[in-house]
Amino acid sequence: MKGFRYLSGVSTIKLNPEICIGCGVCETVCPHGVFESNSKKARLADPDRCMECGACALNCPVSAISVNPGVGCAAYIIQTWIKGKEAASCGGINCC
Amino acid sequence: MTQPAPIDCDRASAGPKPAPEAIPSGLGALPVITTREVACCGGPAGEPSASFERPGYQVHHFVASFQTTPAGEVPIVQTHLNRRDRLGTLMVRLGIRRGHYRLAPGLYGVGEPGPDSPVLVTANYNLSFDALRRQLSGLDAWILVLDTRGINVWCAAGHELFSTREVVRQIERTALNQVVRHRRIILPQLSATGVSARSVKQVTGFEVVWGPVRAGDLQAFIAAGLIAETSARRVTFDLVDRFVLVPVEINLKVRSLAGSLLVIFILSGIGPSIFSLNAAWSRGLMGAAALLAGFLAGGVLTPVLLPWLPGRAFSLKGAVIGGLTSLIVVYIVRNQARPLELFSLILMTTTVSSFMAMNFTGATPFTSPSGVEKEMRRAIPAQIAALVIAIIVWLSSGFIA
Repeated sequence: MKGFRYLSGVSTIKLNPEICIGCGVCETVCPHGVFESNSKKARLADPDRCMECGACALNCPVSAISVNPGVGCAAYIIQTWIKGKEAASCGGINCC
Repeated sequence: MTQPAPIDCDRASAGPKPAPEAIPSGLGALPVITTREVACCGGPAGEPSASFERPGYQVHHFVASFQTTPAGEVPIVQTHLNRRDRLGTLMVRLGIRRGHYRLAPGLYGVGEPGPDSPVLVTANYNLSFDALRRQLSGLDAWILVLDTRGINVWCAAGHELFSTREVVRQIERTALNQVVRHRRIILPQLSATGVSARSVKQVTGFEVVWGPVRAGDLQAFIAAGLIAETSARRVTFDLVDRFVLVPVEINLKVRSLAGSLLVIFILSGIGPSIFSLNAAWSRGLMGAAALLAGFLAGGVLTPVLLPWLPGRAFSLKGAVIGGLTSLIVVYIVRNQARPLELFSLILMTTTVSSFMAMNFTGATPFTSPSGVEKEMRRAIPAQIAALVIAIIVWLSSGFIA
């Protein structure tokens, strides 16, 4: 998605290059082209494109990636502020 | 040529009766019902029940036939959408009965799938299922439908419904290893948010291949030997993608709008005579116009004009388009509203638009939750302040002659 950018420097994505084995799965599953990889290592080419979906972290075979996934929905975030994370509820089936 | 026997709708057959078969257990001779055409009450009587019908179950309109597999009967579905499908799509895009547009999880097929045919996995939301099967014409494939509670692939993946556990569960439940010789399943790329390919392989022996983002790229993906181009692995958000989200977003907020319209009418009536119905109506209309304009600016114009509105934060984009829209409101009420009221109306439209636009972040595929939270921490205090000022000014101007 070339033209779209959101806020800079907010994503919680981190890649530990020392653990990384360069398998390239992160590059495959990322929907926004955040990663670039060769056979040796992957790197965060454009971390500001990250939307914290968590696909990379879940599928990294050596757990070299960490990211705080969450619900990017304003209504839900307001609920976590008021009720706390445990009690906050999604709009459910009608939202998604 | 003899005349046909008169039709008696209570009789099983309208032709000459064949010789009765001897039925044991003393039931006597019963007429044998033939498969010849039966006429009833002026027209053909319709098809007899098919062998795949089961008591209590109804077959979906998109099922063309059933295929027998080592693991049981599998419905073969059509690869084109018909009017019912399009109507269903329209309804859920409008936000009507979205929770009920689902199908049973399990194994389906298209074409004439066999033990070497690919396995494509999807959610049990009809929209997801339709988006997949309409791209599969000419293909022989299995479709493994997961129980995502009627939620689409990406949202379900994010909410741990399209999950490793559910993939494993359906593989085992459908005895997939008896249906196909190979050990490969193709998952939509966006389900990677909820599925660990390694874990699926460890537990089931099935290797997960990440298919493209969109079903439309699937045939090319398969033809290329399960390889996707870079563009097929990227999520887009063009005008059509944005526009189809608008009705549901509006739907979700329409009750809040109704409530705030009620409030503005009540507030508008407050004045020197405590409460004036006249003022409530005439001033309330102006306030309602401002709120509605803000609602539409933030809820419709912002999604449509998204890439062209300034700023990265959606609340800012909404404030800008809201501010511009408020000028239209000002123009409409220029002869009725006084300067203080105009100021309040501009604030109302701008603030409501900013808030609605900020809510659109939840429907966009490029905003991170961390970013949205940061934006909200800055925007919401400003929106509250602006709203409070607008209300105070609106109330005060009710007392000024």
